[in-house]
Amino acid sequence: MTTVRTPDPPVATEAAARVRRRDRPAGHRRRSQPEAFAFLTPWLLGAVALTVGPMVVSLYLSFTDYDLFTSPKWVGFGNFAHMFTDDDRYLQSVKVTLIYVLVSVPLKLTVSLLVAMLLNTRRGTGGFYRAAFYAPSLLGASVAAALVWRALFMGGGPVNEVLAFFGWHTPSWVDDPRFSLASIVLLGVWQFGAPMVIFLAGLKQIPAELHEAAAIDGAGAFRRFRHITLPMLSPVIFFNLVMEAIHAFQAFTPAFVIGGGRGGPADADLFYTLYLYEVGFQDFRMGYASAMAWVLLAVIAIVTAIVFRTAKLWVFYDDAGEGR
Amino acid sequence: MTVVPRSARSVGWHVLCVAGVLVVLYPLVWLAFASVKPPDEILSRLSLLPTRFVFDGYSKGWEGAADVGFGRFFLNSVLVAGLSVLANVLSCSLAAFAFARLKFRFRGALFAFMITTLMLPYHVTLIPQYVIFQQAGLVNTFVPLILPKLLATEAFFVFLIVQFMRGIPRELDEAATIDGCSVYRTFWHVVLPLSKPALVTTSIFTFIWTWNDFFTQMVYLNDTEKFTVPLGLRLFVDTSSESNFGAMFAMSALALVPIVLFFLAFQRLLVEGVSTSGLKG
Repeated sequence: MTTVRTPDPPVATEAAARVRRRDRPAGHRRRSQPEAFAFLTPWLLGAVALTVGPMVVSLYLSFTDYDLFTSPKWVGFGNFAHMFTDDDRYLQSVKVTLIYVLVSVPLKLTVSLLVAMLLNTRRGTGGFYRAAFYAPSLLGASVAAALVWRALFMGGGPVNEVLAFFGWHTPSWVDDPRFSLASIVLLGVWQFGAPMVIFLAGLKQIPAELHEAAAIDGAGAFRRFRHITLPMLSPVIFFNLVMEAIHAFQAFTPAFVIGGGRGGPADADLFYTLYLYEVGFQDFRMGYASAMAWVLLAVIAIVTAIVFRTAKLWVFYDDAGEGR
Repeated sequence: MTVVPRSARSVGWHVLCVAGVLVVLYPLVWLAFASVKPPDEILSRLSLLPTRFVFDGYSKGWEGAADVGFGRFFLNSVLVAGLSVLANVLSCSLAAFAFARLKFRFRGALFAFMITTLMLPYHVTLIPQYVIFQQAGLVNTFVPLILPKLLATEAFFVFLIVQFMRGIPRELDEAATIDGCSVYRTFWHVVLPLSKPALVTTSIFTFIWTWNDFFTQMVYLNDTEKFTVPLGLRLFVDTSSESNFGAMFAMSALALVPIVLFFLAFQRLLVEGVSTSGLKG
């Protein structure tokens, strides 16, 4: 006999829900909750007092004039309007930073992928080389490395001399507006070790049978790269791209050191964060600096969102449809 | 396809790798030799090897600036980096244990929030944080450099430890609970000791990043007495006269020594840490 199931009367569902709530998940939850917050206390304090609170305050400050000593004065969208219409150095810093991101990130990812593939062609023996290629990633962010870099690219330095040997006579890179940023890009690319190590881990996950099967079917090295390696590696490329881009937008130390602390020749090294530092901590225009910080956040959010959106088009997940 | 003998291909591979390594490590080797060259040779002679070894740079650089020796800068850096390591390991492992093992209200939302802060440029919190520390009279002390770490603001490490703790079999904590362990003792005696690899990775990266950190230290420290190594090196940024080169490169070389030592001692762990968690180097 088939009976049409009638929906439970509201009272019954209510009661059932109450019973269910009293079941183990709810009970368990109630038991561990106080301890959980004991463990979370430091993190929660930090999240409220050092992250969320300051974010709200800096959003407010971005609509004010504030010099740290007198109380903030509301100026509405004044700071933002000034940035984009009236501040040539700001626009210069945007330009420099965009060029840096657009050039250094793809270059760094290309180099790191090529080196990872080179190391991946053999099993086992790559440990030493992997470590050696990785070392600049740890050292390169320091003031010391940037000082070395500045000397290497100075007039009469090793880079000048080697290029001259090959017949290309360049001016002192760090003092020439056309070359200065390029030397900072190269310093960024030098630190390709971290994405390389991540690529290497990704490459090891690609089943060898795929390459073998394709080779038997007559696919050459390039076609295997194009149709096996790249798609299989695309989630890792995606991850590296997002992380490196976020990182590149915030670069500071190399620009500060190589640009001599003031943005380099003709502001050629005036990175966004460098100008923000100057505005906030040398001129004490903290409202304007806060506004700059929020524009930076917005740009990073938009760029990340774009990369995430386009991910559907080029990122291939092997486990699509299964699990998760 | 031409068949290349195995051994020849192997030699070719090694040649390529060695060439790459030479290019990549050249700046470091260059620095090591520049620090012992006579100052006038540093830029004028292309050869790596000096005509004679000179250690004036080290003695001159060690004198530091404004009556504060470079040794002081090192001491300050060691203090800041050491305390940062302790603070990070403690606070991040506490938060990580809650996220990995305990049930509580809004866990999903709070975890998502923590992941979001990974992508947050620190500039959006920088100025209000500065105002807070300035009002509290803590600018020009080490507190603004360490307190944020004591409050687990470096979400990277919370995430790293969460991921690791999730891999520890739950049966172990359950057994401890059945044996009468409280949550606190389970954390302290079971989960924390088993998380040692993640804690070591956290310690090393915290040390190196704090050691290299320039921006925060420059914002918060003004007195030469309080300077750390990067701030001491900053004094050389304005100088482009060759007379100072000896001291500059000698101190730069010294500044990199701790990182190189850490790297040599823990390179396998560091590289594994990067490849499993995607940590930035």
